[in-house]
Amino acid sequence: MIDTLNKNVRKLPAWVICLIGGLYPFWLLWLALSGDLGVDPAKAMEHLLGERALQMLIAGLAITPLRNAFGINLIKFRRAIGVTAFYLVFSHLLVWLVLDVQLFDQIWADILKRPYITIGMAAFVIMIPLAVTSNNWSVRKLGRTWRKLHKLTYVICLLGGLHFVMLAKGFQWEPVLYLGTVIVLLLMRLKLAGFTFAWKRA
Amino acid sequence: GLATMAGGKAQASALEPNSWEEITTYNNFYEFGTGKDDPAKNAHRLTTSPWSITIDGLVDRPGDYAFDEIMAAMTVEERIYRFRCVEAWSMVVPWNGFELKDLLDLAGVQDGAKYVAFETLYRPEEMVGQKFGTLDWPYVEGLRLDEAMHPLTLMASGIYGKPMPKQNGAPLRLVVPWKYGFKSIKSIVKITLTDKEPPTSWNKANGREYGFYSNVNPEVDHPRWSQATERQIGGGIFAKRIPTLMFNGYEEEVAGLYDGMDLKEFY
Repeated sequence: MIDTLNKNVRKLPAWVICLIGGLYPFWLLWLALSGDLGVDPAKAMEHLLGERALQMLIAGLAITPLRNAFGINLIKFRRAIGVTAFYLVFSHLLVWLVLDVQLFDQIWADILKRPYITIGMAAFVIMIPLAVTSNNWSVRKLGRTWRKLHKLTYVICLLGGLHFVMLAKGFQWEPVLYLGTVIVLLLMRLKLAGFTFAWKRA
Repeated sequence: GLATMAGGKAQASALEPNSWEEITTYNNFYEFGTGKDDPAKNAHRLTTSPWSITIDGLVDRPGDYAFDEIMAAMTVEERIYRFRCVEAWSMVVPWNGFELKDLLDLAGVQDGAKYVAFETLYRPEEMVGQKFGTLDWPYVEGLRLDEAMHPLTLMASGIYGKPMPKQNGAPLRLVVPWKYGFKSIKSIVKITLTDKEPPTSWNKANGREYGFYSNVNPEVDHPRWSQATERQIGGGIFAKRIPTLMFNGYEEEVAGLYDGMDLKEFY
């Protein structure tokens, strides 16, 4: 059954993910302008983009454990997922800057002074070299360095999850579940002595 | 007789109330969930009749005051107030209500009383957000007695001339227009006059971010964001931020309550 799934999924081109992700912020803008994002559309856009970005990051992080644990092979989508995640994080940042905070002289102070913003910003900055090298030429050119460089995804996902946890008011489960998922997916990569998540099929 | 002062400094710019839809679909009422649209979705489960408020502590006539009995004794008027959330958004709300002072006088405040403590209903089977430990339920709030007796401090029973919607704190809620919105406790079931500063929910949850006073103050930032400006709900996606006013525009009326106090220390 998994082989059929893998075969069928291979027929879907990876660029479909980029296309949907690429249009998403514009679709939100359309909803906002037509009054379908509630009475505080800028905040709604900001939150939705941030949440979708985190979901894409988690999707990218899940690909290796999915293959190791269940034999589901979605590796061909991973780069598209990563690039889309970067694009969504960038849109989230742009909405925060232009529609929410607006005061450009204050933004730098905010980035330095407020830890959850510092952390979110750090995640974005770390994503830049990864996004820039997400093309075939860079993969060939950088070889093993490319693989090492792209392990920064682990740091980015942790920072993203932490960013969400830190901005909640009171105790809220949702951000904790996101960060928890990131941590579990990272732990699944660790092969502790005599213990592995890899249920390799015969 | 406060109609003229109700708008405070902000009156100069003629307060334009937000729409009924804006006021009743964008709420922070964590008893019904943490999303802004959760209260509008979940508050219909709340039973608001019968309803009574227990008034106790340092009062001459302690006891359970039925909602109808309170309303029969009070004169309801309209107050159009600016409403500033600690999250740096704001609205203008046309409340209907009476001065808290009149209710406290009904119970007879004794000489030793210095503070007023408030408590929201705890009924997790109807208030579904109370099934989660977002805050230490029931929600509690408090005011200094002089703040509570101030003529701007309102017990609101309605909006736009209609009974208070459940998502906005039916049937009776507090409105303290110069403080961040979370001080204006909703769906009140208990009022206690005391001589000690009472605990307050957000202060218990995070004392560094939410002080007992929580007066609107553009010069004292929330640790996670600036309080210098605010987004007015209803302005659409490209709405410009506006400067936040000291005491939310009610400086002339209430600054005297805090004479000699360092507002950075007593935030």
